[in-house]
Amino acid sequence: MNTPAIEVRGLRKSYGAKAVLDDVDLTVDAGTVTALLGPNGAGKTTTVHILSTLVRPDGGTALVNGCDVVRNPDGVRAAIGLTGQFSAVDRLLTGEENLLLMARLRHLGAKRSKTRVAELLEQFDLVEAARKPLATYSGGMQRRLDLAMTLVSAPSVIFLDEPTTGLDPRSRHTMWDIVRSLVADGTTVLLTTQYLDEADELADRIAVLDGGRLVAEGTPDELKRLVPGGHIRLRFADAARLDAASRLLGESARDDAGLSLTVPSDGGVGTLRTVLDRLDTANLEVDDLSIHTPDLDDVFFALTGRVETKGTES
Amino acid sequence: MTTIAAKRRTAPGTGQQSHVIADSVTMLRRNLLHMLRYPGLSVFTIVGPVVLLLFFVFVFGGTLGAGLPGADPAGGREAYVAYVMPGILLLTIAGSAGGIATTVSMDMTEGITARFRTMAISRAAVLAGHVLGNTIQAIIAVVLVLGVGLLIGFRPTAGFVEWISAAGLIVLIAYAISWLGVAMGMQAKSAETASNLPLVLTFLPFLSSGFVPTESMPEWLQWFAQYQPFTPFIEAIRGLLLGTPLGWSPVLAIGWCVVLVVAGYAWSMAIYERKSVR
Repeated sequence: MNTPAIEVRGLRKSYGAKAVLDDVDLTVDAGTVTALLGPNGAGKTTTVHILSTLVRPDGGTALVNGCDVVRNPDGVRAAIGLTGQFSAVDRLLTGEENLLLMARLRHLGAKRSKTRVAELLEQFDLVEAARKPLATYSGGMQRRLDLAMTLVSAPSVIFLDEPTTGLDPRSRHTMWDIVRSLVADGTTVLLTTQYLDEADELADRIAVLDGGRLVAEGTPDELKRLVPGGHIRLRFADAARLDAASRLLGESARDDAGLSLTVPSDGGVGTLRTVLDRLDTANLEVDDLSIHTPDLDDVFFALTGRVETKGTES
Repeated sequence: MTTIAAKRRTAPGTGQQSHVIADSVTMLRRNLLHMLRYPGLSVFTIVGPVVLLLFFVFVFGGTLGAGLPGADPAGGREAYVAYVMPGILLLTIAGSAGGIATTVSMDMTEGITARFRTMAISRAAVLAGHVLGNTIQAIIAVVLVLGVGLLIGFRPTAGFVEWISAAGLIVLIAYAISWLGVAMGMQAKSAETASNLPLVLTFLPFLSSGFVPTESMPEWLQWFAQYQPFTPFIEAIRGLLLGTPLGWSPVLAIGWCVVLVVAGYAWSMAIYERKSVR
């Protein structure tokens, strides 16, 4: 296992004048999970699409299992599986027929196809629904079928593009269990997510993308050290008080429209007391106060100095 | 939820090009299953030509038949059934292009097609599945429409060899038109507009020797009617089934089929390569 499962160097892609990926480097070791973390429009999906040969890069190289995505796409395709944000199932067929279709296209042979499909239906809790049309499937069931279809041929590298977006909490945990068992079997997983807790739960390493650039890369613990416990959010009655508090507290981000101030904090009582003491001394009244534990917004705040992470999907 | 992955690991770069035929059959199977589950479009491709056949024979047939060169004015309708049948059969094939264009266009926007693109499946196999599925559907439609024709008095004079040749030519034409239909479906921006372009195809049989002899048309139209593919298609089928002079029409018909297959294939493959995921 000396060659990394995924090796990306100087990857570039732009649509028109808009650079979607700008010089991205990424290495994923075989048998590990890497999470691509970032807001909408950061370039996560584009990265996954390039690695799964759906989109051609404008520059740089990308190797999956040692195969170049541009020069040897079929080599890449033989080794990968992709479960995207959009349901990649045939909605006119039943669940079982969908799995059989995949088994045939992966040339498993009639007997192996049958056993493999039965196995997957069992593992993904779809036995009862196997012969029903997909119209009767819930969102969680469709997502499970989608992933089961990806796994028919047991690919060695799996891309999961926002696997839990839009799922209810129970389905989300089921999906996490599935990912964990995949990794236990030695599969390499690259997943994209907007949620720090998801990356934290599943990933060995996290790569943070913002506006097409890789802004941080490391283990979840390393990243969390950049965000030492979230922030305190203070709301004031008027702009004058907001101004004064902003000057007083220095290292903070202000939101003029909401008359609020975001102060980084390690989550401890000490920081909170210090902040309140300083406001008290200056006789600044706080209308509302809330404490936030770290989430993606905080990672972004720490990495880019911006609070806002909302963007448009590429 | 344990041991999700099987033990086999796909080796990188294993030769996958040898599976074009197997993959085409798999894709064909998928499309036939779609047709069985949702026969709406398929039924339409049969009902349309049958209605037109009855309409032309029983409404216009008496008058049109009487006007055919060398026809007995009293037996106009019987003469016209024989005359119009090859045209109706070709109209049936042309009409199937609209259905396949819609199907292909819808399929291209489905997530499953994006999945196919991430798998080591030949692009040609995905399209061939559609083409073969539609060819089979068009042939079934032709057989049923022909059956209705026989019921209302169509009496072919063909012998065994002529029937086989006519059947072979019908299959070839259906295959060629299907490739064109697939390309038109790929070209369409949405499923709603996908059947617009193939509509042109369904007009062609009317502007050929299918419904009236081309000699009865104005000169400029005559010129068009004589050089468009449907006239040799229809003349060849008519010659084989009814013993009218064949001339060069079988050769021209086969030539046109080859041209349409090559054009449809090149056109749809080019778009398949170009079109990326959403």
